Order: sequence, then C-alpha cells, then structure tokens
Amino acid sequence: MSPVMLELLVRSTWETILMTAASGLISLVAGLPLGLAMVATDRGGIAENLWFNRILGAVINGFRSVPFIILLVALIPLTRLIVGTSIGTWAAIVPLSIAATPYYARIAEVSLREVDHGLVEAARAMGGNRWTIIREVLVPEALPGLVAGFTVTLITLVGASAMAGAIGAGGLGDLAIRYGYQRFETVVMVAVVAVLIVLVCLIQYAGDRLVARLDHRA
Amino acid sequence: MEHAELRQDVVRLTDLRRRFGKTPALDGVSLTVHKGEILGIIGRSGAGKSTLIRCLNGLERPDSGEVFIEGREISRLGESDLQPLRRRIGMIFQHFNLLSAKTVAENVALPLKIAGVGKAERTRRAAELLDLVGLPEKARSYPAQLSGGQKQRVGIARALAANPALLLSDEATSALDPETTRSILALLKDINRRFGLTILLITHEMEVVRSIADRVAVIDQGRIVEEGPVWSVFAEPKSEITRSLLAGMRPQLPQEIADRLSPEPVGDAVLRIDVFGDAARQALLSDLAGTLKVPFRLIHGGIETIQGEPVGTLFLAIRGSGEDVARVSQFLEARGARTEVLGHVAGDA
Repeated sequence: MSPVMLELLVRSTWETILMTAASGLISLVAGLPLGLAMVATDRGGIAENLWFNRILGAVINGFRSVPFIILLVALIPLTRLIVGTSIGTWAAIVPLSIAATPYYARIAEVSLREVDHGLVEAARAMGGNRWTIIREVLVPEALPGLVAGFTVTLITLVGASAMAGAIGAGGLGDLAIRYGYQRFETVVMVAVVAVLIVLVCLIQYAGDRLVARLDHRA
Repeated sequence: MEHAELRQDVVRLTDLRRRFGKTPALDGVSLTVHKGEILGIIGRSGAGKSTLIRCLNGLERPDSGEVFIEGREISRLGESDLQPLRRRIGMIFQHFNLLSAKTVAENVALPLKIAGVGKAERTRRAAELLDLVGLPEKARSYPAQLSGGQKQRVGIARALAANPALLLSDEATSALDPETTRSILALLKDINRRFGLTILLITHEMEVVRSIADRVAVIDQGRIVEEGPVWSVFAEPKSEITRSLLAGMRPQLPQEIADRLSPEPVGDAVLRIDVFGDAARQALLSDLAGTLKVPFRLIHGGIETIQGEPVGTLFLAIRGSGEDVARVSQFLEARGARTEVLGHVAGDA
C-alpha cells in the first residue's frame, strides 16, 4: 500500500471515529431522556400519561422502521438546514444521529424498565420526587444496561457510517467503496475491514470493561 | 379535648375504604397507633395489609375515610405535599429494596440526601446508624455482598436516617430464616425501647407479633376483625381467623387423639382448658385433684408468657360420669379458666 493510500486510510479511520462518536453522543443525550420518558409515562410509571406514551412510542417506531439508506436521502433538506451542506462527514452526522436516537431510546427503555419497582417505591417512601427517583434510582440502577446498550449503539453506528459513505460522507465505508470495490484494490478493502474489526473490538472491549466496573448487582 | 388525644396518636385511621375493581381491599378500617407502641397487623395474604400500610405514607390513596398522621389528615394531599411528610415516616420492606449501585453508607444516607442534608453530616449520620444496627464495617460494601439479615439491618438504618416519628414494616422478616428473623425483631424492639419509636408492622406470622408487638390487630377481607393487647388476643381469640393464625403457636390436641374423638359419651371425656393472667398463676390442677377426686390425666398442654402474662392451654382426659365432667368444668370456670368438652375417647386417650 502506497504512503498516499496509507494516509487516506488514516484519514478515513478518523472520519469514521468522528461520525460514530458525534452521532453516538447525540443519540445518548437525546435517546436516554426519550427512554426515560417512555418508562415514566407508561402504566404505573412515575409520571403516567398513556396518551403521551402511545404517541411517543409510535414516533419512535416510525423512525425505526425507515431503512437507514432511505433516511439518509430523505433527511437531505434537514441536513442542509442544520449543517449548510448535505455532503461530507459533518453532514452525515445528522441522519446518523436521527437514526441512532430512537434506537438507543428503545435500548435504554428496556434497561430502565428492568429496575425493580420496589426500589422506586422505596425512594417514594423516603419522600423523593420524580427527579430524585430518576437521578438516584432509575439511572444508577440501570447504568450497567445503559452502558452495554450504548456499546451496541456505537457499533451499529460504525456500520451505519459506512453506509453514509455512499452519499459522500467520507470515512472507511467511502474508502472501501471507491477504492476497494470500484477500483478492485483488494488490499484497500482488506485493510478497511481489518481496521473496522479492530475498531469494533475496541469499542466492545471498552464497553464490557466499563459495565463490569459499574455493575455491583452480584 | 380531642386535640390532646390526637397528639398522643401517631396514626389514626377512620373508616378507610379502598377498592381494586370490584374487590374491596379495605372495607372500613378504623385504627389508632399510639405514640411509642408497636402495633402488629396480622392477616393472610390478600387480607388488605399491604394496602393499609401503603395508605399511611400516601403510596396508596383510599377511596374514602381519613388518615391522620400526627394529627394531620393526609389522604387528600398531593404528591408534593406528601413528600416532606414521608420523611417523617421510615419504611422497611420484605425484599429490603436497597439500591444495588450505591454502597451501604450511601443507601443509609439517601433519605438525608433527599431531605437536603449536607454531605459531611450525611456521612457522620450514616456511620452512627450503621453502628446502631451493628454493621459499622460494612459502610463501603455494596448490598449484593451482604446476607439477608445484614441487608435488612441496612434497611432499618436507612429507615431511621431522617429521625422518623413512625416506622412502617412491610413483612420485614418474611424473607429471612427463623434465627435471622429473631435478631431483626430484637433490633426493632431495642430501637422501640431506646428511642420510643412508634412501629407499625404488618405480617402474616403470629410469631412476629408474639415476640415484639404490644398490641395486635387482625385483618381479614379488608376489615379489622379483632384488636387488643397481644397476650389477651392470644389467650382469648374471638374470631375464627385469629384462631387459625394462632394454630401453630398454641398447644393443639394431638392429631391421633383428635381423630378418635367421638361425641358419644364413651370412655374418657377430653376437656380443653384455657387459662391466662391470674387464673394461670394458681395451683389449678392440684386444687382440682385435691378437691374433686375425679381421676384425670394431662394429655397435652403448655403455658407460655406473653408480655409478662401467662397464657396456657391444657388438654385433660377425665374418667368419670357426665356429671363428674360437669363438676370439673364448673370448678375450673369458677377459678377463671375457660373449659370446653371436645368429645370422648374410648380406651386409652
């Protein structure tokens, strides 16, 4: 592999990391409150509101059922509005975030729902308000699951960001399509796949380590 | 005046009613818990105990009736008004409900954190409480590293953190083995004595009531069917449900004799004698033998002391005519015992 190719590989790797990290962060910040809202407004929740719950659930399902490649194209006007352009790494972060947010919201919801209701009741009996229950009970108790779910989301984003390469987002996917596939440069293709494997393994490893440190349940 | 009374009563419930669908969980419960006492509420599962205890801190809202806590009616209060009030009421649970992500000390300090107490004071108070419950070395452990009994001790420390006026115990020993149960009950009794803390506990185990309660209320199908000092309810259970809850605790006629019992007056008459209080302090049997000269044998029985009062049940087999048996009964009743002829047994009883 030529020095030029190597530099391209490094740059693409950085772009993939950037896209994954940025959209991952946004999906965490937006998805966790959505997951909390789903649990809190459900029947027997700390802020029961079934109407809101159903509508929010339907919206989340709606976003989740659109294939990512369609979402990429459909969101171009919005992307242009936010980033100013519909091409490039930053532009890809918009559809990636919008796809990952409802995904993470559902994963967070599952973890939060598994928190023993008795703990919520104990916090209420102590005189805690909703905010206390969220801060002291729901989020800390669900934290191992929330982190494990975030790991899954990040890895999904690594894959999705490669697809975003198809609309000129840069990153490893872009590199693999343009050089590895269209120009038959097998070495590039193999190198891209190897980097992706390493990336995914690193994310999974870091996630697992963090979960083990946070989990005091056994 | 009524006001003076209210101040003495930590809890006063009047005609509390709550339905879930068509089944009434509480069907007109009126109850008072006096300052400094331990009141045990006992009943089978589904009798309405949990609903009742949850009404006291507003976790459950009654359909009608009133809940006075320290003289203040709370059943119509909103969540935000209930929150400061709940800090006056500690609660312990069957499954402990400790937060797994927090250390033991953090768990104990949580009510204080909720009440807005500063970190230094929280740490100091948590250490003090862990000392009180006998777990000073576990402050930095996580709940998962503790045994069931230790978890409940942490639960008790947590419930006491904010200096509550009332401690609610929701089947707090039901998940523990008998030995641990005894140690937890001893701790609760000790706290009650030392700090004068009022405790209301619900349980389905008569043993719990017997070992620490001052008064007991028996609940069945959402109603209080019987209420009084523990020793008197043990000595004279009035309702069928109380008798059945007491079944394992009081001496019973041995099964092999009960099986042979017949209403026909053949063989020996089997007499059940219940005595308590002063009646149980006299030389009842020797007086009986000396006075009446009717031959009898003791088949089974026992006397135990509850709250300092002797409470006993004896089963006698009496060999004699129906008239003799009636004379025995009369003699005993005159001495304050209660008697009942259960039947007759042919041959050796």
